[in-house]
Order: sequence, then C-alpha cells, then structure tokens
Amino acid sequence: MATTADHFQAHDAAGADHGHEHDADHKPGFFARWFMSTNHKDIGTLYLIFAICAGLIGGGISGIMRMELMHPGIQYLGFWVNLMGGEANFVTNMHMWNVLITAHGMIMVFFLVMPAMIGGFGNWFVPIMIGAPDMAFPRMNNVSFWLTVAGFCSLMASMFFPGGTGDGAGTGWTVYAPLSTSGSPGPAVDFAIFSLHLAGAASILGAINFITTIFNMRAPGMTLHKMPLFVWSILVTAFLLLLALPVLAAAITMLITDRNFGTTFFEAAGGGDPVLYQHLFWFFGHPEVYIMILPGFGMISQIVATFSKKPVFGYLGMAYAMVAIGVVGFIVWAHHMYTTGLSVDVKMYFTAATMVIAVPTGVKIFSWIATMWGGSIEFKSPMVWAIGMIFLFTVGGVTGVYLANGGLDDYMQDTYFVVAHFHYVLSMGAVFSLFAGFYYWFPKMSGKMHSEFLAHAHFWVFFVGVNMIFFPMHFLGMDGMPRRIPDYTPAFEYWNHFASIGYMVMASSMGIWVVNMIYAFTAGKKAPANPWGPGATTLEWTLSSPPPYHQFETLPVIDEDQDYHDHRPAADRAATA
Amino acid sequence: MTLKAISGLGKNQRIAFLAALASLAMLALGFAAVPLYRMFCQVTGFAGTTQRATSADADLAARMAESAGAGTMSIRFDASKDRGMPWTFKPLQSTQTVAIGERSMAFFTARNDSDKPVTGRATYNVEPDQAGAYFNKIQCFCFTEQTLQPHQEVRMPVLYYVDPKALKDPDMKGVQQITLSYTFHVAKNGAE
Repeated sequence: MATTADHFQAHDAAGADHGHEHDADHKPGFFARWFMSTNHKDIGTLYLIFAICAGLIGGGISGIMRMELMHPGIQYLGFWVNLMGGEANFVTNMHMWNVLITAHGMIMVFFLVMPAMIGGFGNWFVPIMIGAPDMAFPRMNNVSFWLTVAGFCSLMASMFFPGGTGDGAGTGWTVYAPLSTSGSPGPAVDFAIFSLHLAGAASILGAINFITTIFNMRAPGMTLHKMPLFVWSILVTAFLLLLALPVLAAAITMLITDRNFGTTFFEAAGGGDPVLYQHLFWFFGHPEVYIMILPGFGMISQIVATFSKKPVFGYLGMAYAMVAIGVVGFIVWAHHMYTTGLSVDVKMYFTAATMVIAVPTGVKIFSWIATMWGGSIEFKSPMVWAIGMIFLFTVGGVTGVYLANGGLDDYMQDTYFVVAHFHYVLSMGAVFSLFAGFYYWFPKMSGKMHSEFLAHAHFWVFFVGVNMIFFPMHFLGMDGMPRRIPDYTPAFEYWNHFASIGYMVMASSMGIWVVNMIYAFTAGKKAPANPWGPGATTLEWTLSSPPPYHQFETLPVIDEDQDYHDHRPAADRAATA
Repeated sequence: MTLKAISGLGKNQRIAFLAALASLAMLALGFAAVPLYRMFCQVTGFAGTTQRATSADADLAARMAESAGAGTMSIRFDASKDRGMPWTFKPLQSTQTVAIGERSMAFFTARNDSDKPVTGRATYNVEPDQAGAYFNKIQCFCFTEQTLQPHQEVRMPVLYYVDPKALKDPDMKGVQQITLSYTFHVAKNGAE
C-alpha cells in the first residue's frame, strides 16, 4: 500500500528539493497552526477534541443525574447547589435539577454530536473523499469552529448567573416560553440563548461551506452519483442545517426580545401565544434530530461496506433515502406537541407523516443488512460498533413508531419512555456511529494504530452499560414515571437503581477508551495508509496515515468505468482484482 | 444584488451567496410565522380560536338557523386569572342553554382588589377545539384592554352566537356543550 500513499502525495522526496515553502507537509508554528487554522484536517481535529471535552462534561452531568435518581427522595442536589455557591433549599434544589437537564441536553446536542459528526469527521473526510485539497472557504471554517467554542463558553457561563429560582438556566434544551421568558428572570437564560445563537451561526456557516465544497470541488470524474455515502450524508445534513437553524434563530431572538425589550411574541398577557414558540422550535427541532443522525448513517454505510468487502447495497436508494428523510423531516414537527391541543385531524396527519419516515429509514437498515449479506465480513472494531449502531438504532426506531401515534402519545408524553426512545436513537444511534467512525478513521487521522482488543472491550462494556441505563426506562415510562423530575415514588426504585449501576458500567468503558488512546499515542504501531484491507476503497485510504498537511496537489481522477464504490487509482484496483 | 451581480461572483461565492440567501429567507419566514400563525388561527378557528362577527353576520346566522330548524347548545363559562393579577373575576352564570344561531348575552364580573388602577387583558378560547370556528362573538370585553380603578367592580358582557354551520360539520357531531374560557392577565404593552 505504500505505493498508493506515494501516488497522491504531492511532494515526497522530490518536493524536498524545491525548498521548504513548497513542501506539502510543511506546517505553520503552533499558535498559527491551531488558533488561526485554515486547514480542514486541523480544524477537524480541533472539533473532535472540543467535542470530546464537551461530551465528557455533558456525560459527567448525566452522572450527577443518575446519582440523584439512584434512590427516591432528594439526596445530592443540595450538595451541588452549595458547591456552586448557592443556598440549598427545596426551591434551589429543584432549580439545580432543571439546570442539569438543560446543560446535559444542550451540551450533547450542540456541543458533542454536531461538532463531532459535522465539524470533526465532516471536515476531516468530506474534502478528502471527494478528492479536494481543502474546504471551499478555509477561513470561514475557522470562524465556525471558534464561534462554537464561544457558544460553549456562553453556556458554561450561564451556570454562574441567576436564572430565576436559582443559578443557571433551568429551561430544558427546548427553552419553552413562558418558562424561558417571564418564568426565568436573570441573565442565565440570556446566556444560554446566546450560546444557541453562536452555535447556530457557526453551523450555518459550516453548512454553506460544505454545500459549496461538495458542489464545486469534487475531483474530475467524481459525479454526485459517485460520491461516497458519507459525503451524501453531510450534503443532506448541510441543507437541513441551512433551512432549519435560521428558524430556531428567529424563535430564540424573539425570546430574547420578550425577555429584555418588552415585546410579547410569546406572552399571552400581551396578545402573544406560547404555543407558537413550540411550533417554531420543533420546526427546527425535528430536522435537528436528523442533523444528528444522518452523518452517522453515512459513516455506517462506509464502514459496513469496508468490512463486508462489498459495495454498499442499493447505493442510489441509500443516498435518496437520506434526501427523503431530510425532506419529510420538515413536515412532521408537531408530533412533539401532541398534547398542546391539536385536533384529531391534525394529529392524524402528523401521525401518518411521521410513520412515513420509517420507510426510507427501513430502506437504510435493510440495505446495510443486504450489504453484509454474503460479504466477507471482518469483525474489526469499527464494524462491531457499526453493527451495534444498526441494532440499537432499530430498537429506538421501533419505539419511535409507538410514539408517532397521536393517541398513544397522550399517555407516553413526557414519560421516561420518551427518554428511552431518544437515547436509543441518539446516545446509542449517534454515539455508536461516532465511535464506529472514530475507530475507523483514528489510524488515518493520527497515524497510529489503536488496540483492537481494547476497542472491542470498549464496545462490549459500553454496549452493556447503555442498555442497562436506557432499556429499563421503557418500563419506567410505561408505568408512568415522568421525565424532568428528580424524585419518584419508591415503586420506581428498582429500575432506577439498575439504570444508575448501568451508568457506572458505561462510564468505566470510557476509561477503556482513554487507555486505548494513551496506548495508541505512546505505544501504538505506525498505521499504514490503508489498515483495513481491500474493502477500504475510498480516497482517504489512498493517502498516507496521517495524510500530508496539504493533499491532492495533483487531483485524483475518477475514471469513467469507476463506480461509487472503488475510487482507488487504476494500479491499486488491478492489484486487488 | 441582481442576478448579473451574482454571475459576476466566483463559482464558490455564487453558491455560498445562494445558500446564505436561503438561510436568510428561512430567518425571515421564522419571524413571518408570528402574523401568519395569528391569521391561520383566526381563519380556521385552530386550537379553539373564537371568531369575531358583526350584527349583520348574526342576523344572517339567525335566519339560517330558523330555516334549518336548529337545536340548542349548552354554553359553560369559565373565568380564571394569571398569577399576579389582583382581580376577582367570575362568570355571573355558570351555564346557559341557547338556541343555535340565536344571539345571547352572558355576563362576567370583575373587581380590582388592589389599591392601584390595573389594566387587564383577557385571553380566551373554547373547548372543544373544533368549536372555535363556529363560536362567534359580536361584542366582548376581551376585544380591548379593561382598566379598573382601585376596588372598582364592573359587569362585563359577551354578546355571542353559535354558527348554525356547526350542524353540518361532522367533527361537531355529539358536541352538546361548549366551554368559553377567559383568563385575565395584567396587560403588557407590546406587539398586538
């Protein structure tokens, strides 16, 4: 494979002769490289590091929540109120709980999943996979990253300001009016809303960048219908971001003016309607959940094809299934609002439209299975994570079909059943695909091999842990345990206790992951250009690991006879044919 | 920017410009949702939004009801207050049975229990939701803000009728009672 690596490296031995500034692997100094970065791979790395840090904070917060929920009654909230400098009493304790669920939700959505999937893997691999030297607007890419960081700082800052009944923003990640307007005086909620503005602006700029890159910068011969499915997934995601986030921006801007400048967009006392906020929020919020999972779908497609050593089954169906999910995702929002007083007809429409999404999603699940069918499957770590994702996402999808029913949802609304559902699709669907993508591309990004044993151990412990946490929540929800409340009747103690133990199992798997990373960077073998064998046929595997600082000074060319699957140069194709 | 100017841009700038335009359009649509939503609710009676009618509409409805031989409908009255509203607010009658299409009047009483003048605004809707499109108010204290002097007590009328078209709506089948509900808030001056 070394020959492959040399093939696309613009300057190797010969490059050195031309002098320093022409070297494809010449890197700027530390500060210029990491703080003023315009290199898509460096920005991708920054995004990944940022997402991991944010994810550890958001995951740590869920640990505090599971600790509190381990037993009925209020155990630890007072401790956290005191620690944050407040005075513990019933009201501030309850407020602390609201702050925790708000921070957990916002961090995981806006500062873990989105930055990791789109900012991290998207930045790293979209340009490489389409054979482009970099993103279309490298400096705007840098702006996107630092706006995201600023947004995160704003959210963290909100915890130290008064938010009504205690310090911090206790509105939930949905920031529903009137709780977020007249219900939460104090600057904390303004900081949290501002954080969404910044993260949203960052994502819109990122989306514009990806759309331009994918439309304009594909290598010669790389038609839209030959692009790897991961690139398709990012393209669809970018369109969802572009069309959904401005609506959130409008809604939360109105919240800000309602809070500070005396407008009454969502204030009944001035003729406004709080339910309108929910419509606007979920018009953004539902596409948002596809924004979080579609890039994962893309990664799973790459990984399953690679380790089955087969082209992905039904490529066009897979690509347009994502387009269909994206389009239909915009017209189902009110299934988040079944109990706001919708008429039977409206509920019928939203139930039917929501269930329609199961069709393109089913196309994807079955196509992954069909890709594996008859393949020469190798259970390398990315593949086990991918199969885990397919299984667990399907479980979450099935409970999603339950909840899509307007009638049933009247009962399930705001119970732990909903919590179980969206954690199966997100903290299992999205996070499993993140780890699958991480192990798949880690050798490529770092140039070091991780330990396959530790990666498998990480998978199994994490798999057991998250299922212990979230599966019992189905039972709790069906029995009527409400979300967003830190106390419960002792009847619910058994499964809550069980879930909290599951959290500890899950947390210990993070330890295995960290050990694996330390191992890879200190003792890991040097990664070859293509560590995954003949199934890995997209362009990133034709570059060295890690790729040169500037790749594709000579653009790769996709021949007429090459399909969507195999983008390697002719010599390599002949070698494995 | 005109199309000509766009075509003067580079290939990348052109796509970025169009994408930015799409996102700005969605931003505008987000704000436009406020008046659009209000219009949508007023026109369709969505979520129990009641209708406003003139006396002429009411006369027409009465004639229609006469020729259709419409039955009666029970109307229940509900009054509540927002937190912090220092008024006492009650309906004078808990229910009325009215002929469909016929104009009726109901009264509410409100008393300002505080020592300061207070301006209130009433929000309203009806249950069940689908009745919103057929519940017409000709006159209502909720059309404007109401100011009560300290300890002043007033009677506030609502002049209304139930549109006989309700009889033709399958969703209204079996509806025998409509609840008309008001909530008084301390008025906030802002966007109407």
